[in-house]
Amino acid sequence: MNQRGTLQVSISRKFPGAFSLDVAFASEMGPGNVLVVFGPSGSGKTTLLRCLAGLESVDQGVIEFGETVWCHTENRLLVGPQQRNIGYVPQDYALFPHLSVRRNIEYGIPRSIRERERGWVDQLISVLGLEALEQSLPGGISGGQRQRVALARALARRPRLLLLDEPLSALDAPTRASLRVELRRTLRELAVPAVLVTHDWEDTLTLGDQMILLAGGSLLQNGPPLDILTRPESLTVASVVGVETILPGRRVSRERGIAEVHVDGLRLWAADLDFPDDDVFVCIRAENVTLEIGSGTRSSARNHLPGTVLSIVAAGPLVRVTVDVGFKVQALVSRQALEDLDLDIGSQAVVGIKATAIHLVPR
Amino acid sequence: MNWEAVFTSLKLASATTLILLILGLPLASWLAFSKWRWKFLLESVVALPLVLPPTVLGFYVLTAMGPRSPLGHWYAELVGSPLPFSFEGLVVASVLYSLPFAVQPMSSSFAGVDRNLVEVSWTLGVSRLATFFRLILPSARNGVVTGLVLAFAHTLGEFGVVLMVGGNIEGVTRTVSIDIYDRVQELDYAAASRTSLVLLIFSFTVLALVYWLNRNSGLWPSARRR
Repeated sequence: MNQRGTLQVSISRKFPGAFSLDVAFASEMGPGNVLVVFGPSGSGKTTLLRCLAGLESVDQGVIEFGETVWCHTENRLLVGPQQRNIGYVPQDYALFPHLSVRRNIEYGIPRSIRERERGWVDQLISVLGLEALEQSLPGGISGGQRQRVALARALARRPRLLLLDEPLSALDAPTRASLRVELRRTLRELAVPAVLVTHDWEDTLTLGDQMILLAGGSLLQNGPPLDILTRPESLTVASVVGVETILPGRRVSRERGIAEVHVDGLRLWAADLDFPDDDVFVCIRAENVTLEIGSGTRSSARNHLPGTVLSIVAAGPLVRVTVDVGFKVQALVSRQALEDLDLDIGSQAVVGIKATAIHLVPR
Repeated sequence: MNWEAVFTSLKLASATTLILLILGLPLASWLAFSKWRWKFLLESVVALPLVLPPTVLGFYVLTAMGPRSPLGHWYAELVGSPLPFSFEGLVVASVLYSLPFAVQPMSSSFAGVDRNLVEVSWTLGVSRLATFFRLILPSARNGVVTGLVLAFAHTLGEFGVVLMVGGNIEGVTRTVSIDIYDRVQELDYAAASRTSLVLLIFSFTVLALVYWLNRNSGLWPSARRR
């Protein structure tokens, strides 16, 4: 079974109304590799996945996976979803409600080879820990279990490529975190390449080997997830990516990889990037911002900005603190840290940011 | 009680229901899934018997079957006897007359099957036809049974079309409802009342069965449980 191949996509599709999808990329899909399609809702990421599955038609373009052409509008070639040999997991998992878990998993295996594939189905069931549920109906099992059944069903036909539409978004946070790790392990173990649609940064970082970023139906950036997270190529990417603090600034000097940037009359030290324009956007992610009290603390952070706490908002187990240091900057800290520092709205605090955590985007 | 009429009615209803099962499934699934822009025209044709007076429908069927129409002529040549005033003719008329009762519940239950399930089935390599039998039909089972039960009951109670197309031939085309009419004409109210009661009980039982089958999906929007 050849599970290596390049996924080449160059398609456009117009929809009634204003939306159109216009995407071109090529991604090497090795065994177990995951290509993340990241974007806000309405960016066209699900539509792209449905085009790959053959469930959505394309106005114009080409889709190729490895040696196989799935769609070529000029040659009037369109391979149906039945013939693409893919494993598709839609957002709500879409388990067949009238069939048991085992029957769901076996659904796509032709009757003639079902007996021969028995061992493989048993292996899938044990890899995904579904032994106890084989005879249950999908209506009676938990969300996390449904996700596993849908994954097993998609894998049962030994697909060349898995297509996962927000596989974790229907789950509660703790289940989500554990299944995320489990999903990565399963994909590596079974060595199936996958395209995964998500709007969650943690999914992207944990699962993705490569990512493409979509917004408004077009591709904004293409590369390893960490690069896009820490080095967005444009302001749109930075805001889609969810960088909390984005400020216009001016680079005034560059030395040994560190740039001096002036923002609202304040001086910041940032990791320098090689682009000619000195007008920049300064991007700071809240998890890279620390809070200190007084100015006596020794720290490796190059930037220390005194300011006043403007707001404190709970963000799950963490707390999002906005500090006015001349401009507004957000910090994501633990509750314990906040209590230790005895911070409240109106308190004075010093914001600490490492130079390498300040990312410059050309303006 | 005229058992011969009861037997004729049951035979007619069974034949009609069987034919509607075979014709109704493809027609209902086409109506449920087609995106053809003129589909509403065919939907209206299927629903016509709901509003058309049975005599009008009967008149057209009779004319179409008659020896002067090409269709009736062709049938008479083929089989050796004409369609009107025969049991076979009655079946043809009944199938048309009960078509909406079978097709509409089937079609709406097919359309109610989650589109995501159907698409997943396709991506699992299962053809459209196999998806229909392995996924859509089992999911829409109640709608199909409802359609067949309603068609059966409706055929059992039909009067106008039978009279127009079948006439009133003892043992061939005399059904229960015509028998009741005859009894009343003869002023034999006791016999008419017995047969009427049987039909009433039967109809009620059938409807109770249909509503019980659909107790969770609800035939009427207002009756839907939350």
